[in-house]
Amino acid sequence: MPRLQSPEALESIRKELASKRDSQRPCISVCAGTGCIAAGAGEVIAAFKAEIEKQGLQADVDTKGTGCPGFCERGPVVVIYPEEICYLQVKPQDVVDIVSQTIKEKKVIDRLLYVDPTTKAKAVRESDIPFYRNQRRTIIGNNIKIDPKSIEDYLVIGGYTALAKVLFAMTPEQVVEEVKTSDLRGRGGAGFPTGKKWEGARNAPGDTKYVIVNADEGDPGAFMDRALLEGNPHSVLEGLIIGAYAIGAHEGYIYVRQEYPLAVENVTLAIKQAEEYGLLGKDILGSNFDFSVTVHRGAGAFVCGEETSLLMSLEGKVGEPRTRPPYPVTKGLWGKPTTINNVETWANVPLIINGGAEAFSSVGTEGSKGTKIFSLVGKVNNTGLVEVPMGITLRDIIFEVGGGIPGGKKFKAVQTGGPSGGCIPEAHLDTPVDFDELTRVGAIMGSGGMIVMDEDTCPVDVARYFVEFLTDESCGKCVPCREGIRQMHTILTAITTGKGKEGDIQRLEHLAEVTSTASLCALGKSAPNPVLSTLRYFRDEYEAHIKEKRCPALSCKELIAYHIDPEKCQACMICLRKCSAGAIVGGKNQIHVVDQDKCTKCGTCFEVCPPRFGAVQKISGEPVPAPLPEAERTTVRKANTNE
Amino acid sequence: MSDILLQIDGKEVTAREGMTVLEAARAAGIVIPTLCYHEKLEPYGACRICIVEADMNGRKSLVASCVHPVEAGLIVRTTSEQIHRIRKTIVELLLAHAPDSVQLQALAQQYGADKDYYEKQASFCIHCGLCVRYCTEIKKKNAVGFVDRGTRREINFVPHLAAQECWNCKECFPLCPTSYLQAAYVLVEALTIPQPPFKVAAGR
Repeated sequence: MPRLQSPEALESIRKELASKRDSQRPCISVCAGTGCIAAGAGEVIAAFKAEIEKQGLQADVDTKGTGCPGFCERGPVVVIYPEEICYLQVKPQDVVDIVSQTIKEKKVIDRLLYVDPTTKAKAVRESDIPFYRNQRRTIIGNNIKIDPKSIEDYLVIGGYTALAKVLFAMTPEQVVEEVKTSDLRGRGGAGFPTGKKWEGARNAPGDTKYVIVNADEGDPGAFMDRALLEGNPHSVLEGLIIGAYAIGAHEGYIYVRQEYPLAVENVTLAIKQAEEYGLLGKDILGSNFDFSVTVHRGAGAFVCGEETSLLMSLEGKVGEPRTRPPYPVTKGLWGKPTTINNVETWANVPLIINGGAEAFSSVGTEGSKGTKIFSLVGKVNNTGLVEVPMGITLRDIIFEVGGGIPGGKKFKAVQTGGPSGGCIPEAHLDTPVDFDELTRVGAIMGSGGMIVMDEDTCPVDVARYFVEFLTDESCGKCVPCREGIRQMHTILTAITTGKGKEGDIQRLEHLAEVTSTASLCALGKSAPNPVLSTLRYFRDEYEAHIKEKRCPALSCKELIAYHIDPEKCQACMICLRKCSAGAIVGGKNQIHVVDQDKCTKCGTCFEVCPPRFGAVQKISGEPVPAPLPEAERTTVRKANTNE
Repeated sequence: MSDILLQIDGKEVTAREGMTVLEAARAAGIVIPTLCYHEKLEPYGACRICIVEADMNGRKSLVASCVHPVEAGLIVRTTSEQIHRIRKTIVELLLAHAPDSVQLQALAQQYGADKDYYEKQASFCIHCGLCVRYCTEIKKKNAVGFVDRGTRREINFVPHLAAQECWNCKECFPLCPTSYLQAAYVLVEALTIPQPPFKVAAGR
């Protein structure tokens, strides 16, 4: 491939590529994102290729591994074009049917379609599935259309037009202005206005400047950035090159964690392809603008997602934050002006350039524009990646897109922003997704982690979990963060194990104040958020743990006991056989009793007791009723009375 | 280097560009408590006890004075109820590690800190990093360093370097506010310096 020397050459190659593609030609797209690969997508793709060859259809049908479309709950996801038929949880053994029925006879296979859990209606097309229908997929929507390993696929859908536009029709100042006008705010969590950041770096004195993609995604349960970098690496690259042109940088870095091998592979390949096409390197598209990108793999420290720690790590030093000011826009990598943006922020840039700042900012709220990708996980029916317009309520995300809470349970809270975020209860479910609104209710937008919790979740234990995560992930340099987190963890562990003391809540509040105000970096400053937000909304549950040694959610192991109601027990021996601790005493026609000394509280008996009996109960905060005297335990099962 | 005019605790202070708020305050005779600060070493900003309120054009923030650069027009307050509360908690958190440290006891008295308010911790290192930074910046030996991160972070001598460099230096010893360093050294000494073999006493 000769390097493209002009924007016209780019357009002509795009036309040439598009002309070779027939939009009516059948194409089997299989999600090849990490989630679906783990669920067996690799085998499914291989099976399709083999079957198509076996049936002699190579000339008529394409098979392609694509980026992640987001419906990870039902992976591997297969979409068949041009009809856009969407099959879920496809296994290699389904492949023969799909090829012979759907591809050859144009028949839809019912058993692989999405079934609405309430209406039982089946959805044939991807866009008919409520999970997708209620989203606004401007960024992640392209993932299923392209093979992330093919720059040609990206070019066909209009890739690198924004780059050509800025290089030949806009000055760097105009680009900065356009991004400023769009009101794009950083998607990494803090929501700093991107245009203002770019302007700062552009105006900072110095000839050498850098741009960096922060792909050090570390929140537990969050994988938005991974899906973008894996599924559409060129969109991130294009945004980065545009940003480099705008601030005057000629070198860029992609800081991505080592645990994302597929993201590393795909983005490395994308860089190579872009260089071959002349979209990276010297004299890009004949514009005289030079820019090169290096992929740097992070070793997986959560704190390196914090921008100054990331810079330290890039410089080869220990990943610990440094003091701001000076800010990276004036003194960043190796002391040079540096713009660091999150993956999703960069991916928004080509959209703004192509569609214009006004179109971009027409979506969203007063203070937050555009869309936001969340990874919706936890106790919700449709887990996966969702992209929604800013301003949508949390209720709509969880109940319309997410399909509500499984098993008929009640919603309790949603944690946004991971370990730096907060728990939002039912009363605030109508809060719109907006940087400032979420902060107002005690959470943060964060990078996009969204964990849904049902009535069985203990908020004190949730706070303990996140603080425990941070005991490992704090760098440990400054006292308020290291010691504050250590002591908060000690206190929360004591409370959840029934050793909470009078004054613990006050101690937590003191620690939270100091950690949030005096810590060196954003990790420490936001670390108490899970504690503060759960204290704010679930203080009664903290008090129940401390004063009554009771866990209202019946979740904290040390505070609950399993008990078999003798009135309900049918002596069916299911729980007795399943108990791995041998803690259930009983036998045929002998009412079962839990030996509390042997019980490990694994909950198996509770789960296996047939619902029509419902004899196993969880109790907390009250003494376990004394077992029936052995002589009274004999029972005759109803089914046996006729004998 | 031009002069910069700022205000600390209501007093007009002149500082040179590149100075920190702490340096400017000290030059003007205003006392701000410190633990990890040492005039021979690069400012570190870890103990946070030197926290002050910095007001720049009405935007107030709490900053560590040992690392915060002076700016023209900056208004600094070195004490307030909140600052007092933060310092008190910091001292209490450190006393959970090193209740016998003389330096911490003096600060505890000043801020009314209760050494038993938080649960006692096993290690008495307070991670001021004075030993590590002294060895790196002044002696350039790197014989002692930090290992691990988060709440597991500790200082440790590098055995083979310590065996060569430390026995006739020990200049970092007096810097340690808790004597944890000496304990760590005893351990590394036992590990690295060959000891005479034990002799079984006659008759046993």
